[in-house]
Amino acid sequence: MDPRKISTGDIAKTVVELIGRASFTLPAAVNESLIRLEENEEDGIGRDTLRVLLENAEIARAERLPLCQDCGSVIVFLSVGQDVKLDGALLEDAVNGAVADAYGMFNLRKSMVGDPLRRKNTGTNAPAFIHTEIVGGDRVAVTVYLKGGGSENMSSLRMFRPTDSAEDIIDYVVGAVEAAGPNPCPPVFLGIGIGGTADAAVINSKKAVIRGGRHHDPFYADLEERIGERLARTNIGPLGYGGRSTAAGVYIMEAPCHIATLPVAVNINCHSLRYMSAVI
Amino acid sequence: MTGEWRKITAPLGDGDVEAIRSGDLFLLSGTLYTARDKAHERISGIVRSGGEMPFDARGQIIYYTGPSPAPPGRPIGSAGPTTSYRMDPFTGVMLGLGVKGMIGKGGRDEKTRRLLAEFRAVYFSTFAGAGAYLGKRIREASVVAFEDLGPEAVYRLAVEDFPLIAINDIYGGDLYESALRKRG
Ligand code: SF4
Repeated sequence: MDPRKISTGDIAKTVVELIGRASFTLPAAVNESLIRLEENEEDGIGRDTLRVLLENAEIARAERLPLCQDCGSVIVFLSVGQDVKLDGALLEDAVNGAVADAYGMFNLRKSMVGDPLRRKNTGTNAPAFIHTEIVGGDRVAVTVYLKGGGSENMSSLRMFRPTDSAEDIIDYVVGAVEAAGPNPCPPVFLGIGIGGTADAAVINSKKAVIRGGRHHDPFYADLEERIGERLARTNIGPLGYGGRSTAAGVYIMEAPCHIATLPVAVNINCHSLRYMSAVI
Repeated sequence: MTGEWRKITAPLGDGDVEAIRSGDLFLLSGTLYTARDKAHERISGIVRSGGEMPFDARGQIIYYTGPSPAPPGRPIGSAGPTTSYRMDPFTGVMLGLGVKGMIGKGGRDEKTRRLLAEFRAVYFSTFAGAGAYLGKRIREASVVAFEDLGPEAVYRLAVEDFPLIAINDIYGGDLYESALRKRG
């Protein structure tokens, strides 16, 4: 069978479109999570805050203003079918060009520096953080995930002993959210990578947070629920002003690991969870 | 909104500051000055070298924000607060210049909270992450210093009914800490 030809120019066009959608529109599932929290929040200022966040999403969508002034770093997940033949400019250049175009065209804030210590703004919000995997089939799936600096600064990784218990992991995750307090703009969406290598756990914590829904495995679904319940009791609440709405979602992604290791990575995402996907 | 929101105008006087208690809710109209990491660094440098400040900070409220670019026909884009702890090392300098209020998100260090009582100033937060909602309450924006810093430049903003939540007052009150004391 001949491979299906897809031009990297088409991938770039898709990236531009997804950045636009993600910057101005909360994913339906995220919006629904916030509505559910608002309906159940009993704390006065907590409820007011959730209402403002929902109104903000409405204004952003209707007037095409960025949901948050921190328009994020761009994380791109590409799943490329192995029956695809990519044509045109180098994939990485195409994606980075798309980021520069989108951030200019949509009046988004450019928050990337080209060097971590010399810190000169690249002026385009490129480069993106691109994660590519080869999968079956003849399609390319593109997911764009925009991550702000305030919540990224609250990320954490810990290498547990393999004999540590699920309770120890719950304590650590809850501790990370408590230590972050109001900084990452709660209610937070938590991505948790368990297992793998240190780097794999961190990447899985990024993939997990945009998964949505409950874990398919009841063992992990239960763990997610217990973490959410513990977080509600911290009374951090929306933006740290108090209330039960501390976490809007908890999502675990597990992976096989070495007999001697048990890495756990926590990706704390703010209430402004921005991502969009498309398949080419 | 359900809470009791009081109108307030900026700049602030000592009387305003003394009347504010942690947990109070305000709708602010008047002037704000923006500054974040780099602008604070530069202002510190000016003070250290005895240079001239680009604006009179007495009684003013500093808003920690780096707005998104203004779309055509608007004064500003989205403009919510950034995380405040990064500005903690500069609190002494800013309050020394006569600043009476700061708006950001997240807790302040021990020293900043002490300085608030000493210099009689308040730390506020607002609806962090609601950049579009807050940007719409900003009527005018003009650069007053450090234009080369782009979104990190100092802007003078004219705001109307801009929501503020008092976090740290001059009496040692801390809204974030009181929330945590109510844990279940
Ligand atoms: S943590 Fe999220 S919502 Fe808060 S300022 Fe940063 S990007 Fe915006």
